[in-house]
Amino acid sequence: MRLGYYARLFAVQARASLTTAMQYRADFLVQGLTSLYWLGWNLVPLLVLYDDRATVAGWSFGAALVVMAHFVIVRGILEGAINPSLGAVVEQIRSGAFDYTLLRPADAQFLVSTARFAPWRALDVLGGVGLLIYAFVRLGHAPSPAQLGAGLVLLGAGLAVMYGLWIMIVATAFWVVRMDNLIYLLSSVFDAARWPASVFRGVWKVVFTFVIPLALMTTFPARALLGTVTWQAGIGCLVGALLVSIVARLVWRLALRSYTSASS
Amino acid sequence: MMRAARALPTLIRVGMVEAIAYRAEMVVWLLTTTMPLVMLGLWTSVADEAPFRAWATRDFVAYYLVALVVRNLTSNWVAWQISEEIRTGAVSGRLLRPIHPFLGYLGTHLGAVPLRAIAVAPVIVIMMWTSARGVLVTDAAHLALVAAAIVGAWLLTFGVFLCLGALGFFLDKAMGIIEVYFGVFAIMSGYLIPLALLPGWVRAIARVLPFRSMLGDPVAIAIGRVPDAGDAARLVALQWAWAIGLLALATWLWRTGVRRYEAFGG
Repeated sequence: MRLGYYARLFAVQARASLTTAMQYRADFLVQGLTSLYWLGWNLVPLLVLYDDRATVAGWSFGAALVVMAHFVIVRGILEGAINPSLGAVVEQIRSGAFDYTLLRPADAQFLVSTARFAPWRALDVLGGVGLLIYAFVRLGHAPSPAQLGAGLVLLGAGLAVMYGLWIMIVATAFWVVRMDNLIYLLSSVFDAARWPASVFRGVWKVVFTFVIPLALMTTFPARALLGTVTWQAGIGCLVGALLVSIVARLVWRLALRSYTSASS
Repeated sequence: MMRAARALPTLIRVGMVEAIAYRAEMVVWLLTTTMPLVMLGLWTSVADEAPFRAWATRDFVAYYLVALVVRNLTSNWVAWQISEEIRTGAVSGRLLRPIHPFLGYLGTHLGAVPLRAIAVAPVIVIMMWTSARGVLVTDAAHLALVAAAIVGAWLLTFGVFLCLGALGFFLDKAMGIIEVYFGVFAIMSGYLIPLALLPGWVRAIARVLPFRSMLGDPVAIAIGRVPDAGDAARLVALQWAWAIGLLALATWLWRTGVRRYEAFGG
């Protein structure tokens, strides 16, 4: 019954965002064009690199393109569904409007996470899917249903990791008010997820594995689609995602307890 | 003119104090320029396998670290500042002051330069430790040109951002333009990939645009990719010409914009 309640609440919140977005229909065109532009932009280093090499760290052009497509999809979801809401909550904490969110009879984390969507970003996701299809056309084979399923599950796990990290950043806003630029910092580090994780070595590898597990977000889902991921690694990803989610929830509750309204 | 000259040192001092007051924010902003480091990680892996078109690992290390230094020294947020001030109407206060608003912005952002220099110092120290050291130019003529190129890049970037900010008088969504601008800049300036490695037709476009003077050319001079001092001097002259041109364009945009401007909420 609670689940049904939250599902309905989610639908209402999403509809409100959609209604707002429909008021700015010209944005649809602008967003479509910028999505295309960034899609092409993302490909430039890849094209330069593979113009000279057949493989980089064991990744062929087609396989690297699959990772890139995952990056485009995940970033579309990040900027369409995660960043707008969490940017809004940082603003609420600063202005004191967060009090009203806390007063509502639903889970505060759920409310802030679904507060605002940018529906036009769905175009980015579509572009990413298009790129994915093109990559497999180039590779000359389609993923099997099992690989497709594994890819989707790991993509879900990757999104959970990303959402968990972002929630933790927002939670720090309860202690240190100006944390929106930390979100920018995380976004800019996330940019590295466009490359297969195994390309990086040394310091980068440490940062991208332990500090910000980028490999979980794009490389593993891509490898699942390509059929090069082992069962053990796949389960490891799921456990990692679960751990990050639990820690994020705990940090959020801890932060909530230390919230003192800005208005008083 | 005299009044402006007298006011500027104070404005710079105010800018410096502001920068120090918000130092934590500034450091986070500087850290967001991770792209050169990510590209560095990528290209060093590639070049370790085999040199990429005459670019060895140490060339990439030198290129991206110098790019990081130049970018962080010469960047500013004046476009966002102006755009925000136009949106909120705060720009009216600036228009009332008896000196040109650009001088106020100049003070704020020049004042931030010393703090930026301190922030990039570790990068330079690290660079001196790595293989990149052997690539950097050491002769006096080139070093002088690198210094001139960095000053020129600062002025040029300031001019470009003033133009972008002043567009806020004409468009209500100037921030979108800045995002697109950054996309063009990243490719055409050599920020993402050294210009020399881009396909010929992209390089042909980049050659006639100002972006290369903002980053790629100063870096190329610093890492010895322009061995002839005369050639390097010509690049710097071109850069300064672009800087003057864009500052003039910004002044004109501003004057035209202010005429259209009716304070919001005022």
